[in-house]
Amino acid sequence: MQKMIVGRLTRLVVTVLVVSFVTFVGVNVLPGDPVNALIPIDAQQDREFVEQIREEWGLNDPMVVRYGRWLGDAVQGDLGRSLVTGQPVTDEITHRLPITLELMAVAVGFSLLIAVPLGAFSGYREGRRSDRLVSGLAQAGLSLPVFVTGLILIYVFALRLQWFPAVGWNRLSDGLGPNLKSVALPALSLAVTEIAVYTRVLRSDMIATLKENYILSARAKGLTDRFVLFRHGLRPSLLTLVTVVGLNIGFLIGGSLVIEYLFAIPGLGKRLFSAIQQRDFMMVQAITVLITVFYVIVNTATDLVYMVVDPRIRRTN
Amino acid sequence: MSESSVRPSGQTSGAPFETSSGRLRPGGRAWTRSTARAFQGAVGKMPWLTKICFLWLILVILAAALADLIPGLADPNYQGFVFGDGKTNEGPTASHWLGTDNVSRDILARLIYGARVSLIFAFSLVAAGIIIGGTLGSIAGYFRGPLETFLMALVDTWLSFPALIGLVFVTTMLGMRNLLVLVLVGSIFVWPSYTRIARATALSVSGQDFVTAARAIGTSRRQILVREIFPNVLPAMLAYSLVGLPVLIILESTLSFLGLGVEIPTASWGGMINQARQDLLINIWPAVWPAAMLFMTVYSFNNLADWVRKQAAARSAAI
Repeated sequence: MQKMIVGRLTRLVVTVLVVSFVTFVGVNVLPGDPVNALIPIDAQQDREFVEQIREEWGLNDPMVVRYGRWLGDAVQGDLGRSLVTGQPVTDEITHRLPITLELMAVAVGFSLLIAVPLGAFSGYREGRRSDRLVSGLAQAGLSLPVFVTGLILIYVFALRLQWFPAVGWNRLSDGLGPNLKSVALPALSLAVTEIAVYTRVLRSDMIATLKENYILSARAKGLTDRFVLFRHGLRPSLLTLVTVVGLNIGFLIGGSLVIEYLFAIPGLGKRLFSAIQQRDFMMVQAITVLITVFYVIVNTATDLVYMVVDPRIRRTN
Repeated sequence: MSESSVRPSGQTSGAPFETSSGRLRPGGRAWTRSTARAFQGAVGKMPWLTKICFLWLILVILAAALADLIPGLADPNYQGFVFGDGKTNEGPTASHWLGTDNVSRDILARLIYGARVSLIFAFSLVAAGIIIGGTLGSIAGYFRGPLETFLMALVDTWLSFPALIGLVFVTTMLGMRNLLVLVLVGSIFVWPSYTRIARATALSVSGQDFVTAARAIGTSRRQILVREIFPNVLPAMLAYSLVGLPVLIILESTLSFLGLGVEIPTASWGGMINQARQDLLINIWPAVWPAAMLFMTVYSFNNLADWVRKQAAARSAAI
């Protein structure tokens, strides 16, 4: 067990190192000179000035040296300064991270709230009309790209009914009401796909669980259907759901990039998008690594939770 | 692979292919052939909805493939209003069945040519995944050793990088984005998950009696890889591809929606939606049509994939 945890943590560190290095190389090898982000266009003709800037930002050193320097600073919490705004990257990230995290947390929370009863019910009524309806809807939900869902929601609830704002963001410090209003549509757009995914997973897991002998014996004892369903059936199935939520974080990150673009939300994804377009490679580097760290930590944590909760896995390893 | 980070596990959730492909019978090629025969007969047994989905996919694929030959189909990039013979945001007319967009281009023509972009992207990436991932995975699963350890570590690392972000990153940096570039960049992100599945399948195939038998009669290990392992890995790859196709179509449309797909004015569904979203209140149809095409095509693939999976599960349960 301990060996397993150490192994997972080592892999986590290695992954982060590899990804940060690959990103670093990628940003530097692909066309687009970072100097262009640093100085205005008319100054770019002045070769001497360009050289001076390159020297100043250490752009002339070999790539490995620059990566080493970046890594050394990053470990100490200094992610460098944005090439475009000159502000510390860390400041901007801490400013924007809460927005993206709130968006994702609300989306996942909302999805679970809908998907758990829906999946459990659907699995319990396997093959019946209600199950077929839920499964059909889940399949449809899975076929809607997030940006299409987002556009439909914008059209209906923002443009037509005008219940929610179509774009922009109100922070929690602006009051709970406005904040909830601005998170509602984007989170719901992300949630539709998540609900479909979770429901399908939980349903098929429930079907398998409900065929187990201990369910039969619980029924034979005379326990009510509802008690058996939630107490004996749902509990082991939830474990699978935890893993799926963890694995789906990657989709959620990609999805929030699109949703932040669509709803003009000043979160991390939108910043990454603009940073890529501006060739602001310090910003790109920092956000990409942050996302990877987040993704890998969530996945490692899911695995560990899984091991801690399920004694069968603990023993076999 | 790219799909899995864009939308992992949801689609593969119900039945992992590893288990169904774990029950392989000897004679790989015969198995493939019998699957094809079963498939032919099976179309008749489909539920009505799946049948509609199947027909729809055939229609879309044919239209996309033969777009240049369809009589009377407008030029997808022709802006009639520039030359005074067309209107912007027009409703359906005899010459424009689905109306025109906000620069007076024929929507139907753009939908059909857009299908071409989506389908070429998705099918090419699936092919790339099968070729690269299938080869690497089969080698890793059959030959084992340090190469396998290295490859699988690489795959694990690769998969922990959100593919959409990688794609956005590379396509923006490159600046040049035709279909070929998109497919090449996409393959960078597609191969890992195929490798993982191929390796798992190859691992289980390697333990089968017919592999031992082939070895016993003196077949070389390379021959076994080509003649026994790969043909048995292929069905698992194909099954996975069917799940991967809709995800790839969504991926392409998402990139186009972000303005990072094929360069304008080339028609793509995501690009059409992005262009139309500014004028939703003026004219919603230029957004509705591509969204509907996208949804129906993706749904059809999902529905068909689910059906195939159910059939496979039923068959392995019957054995």
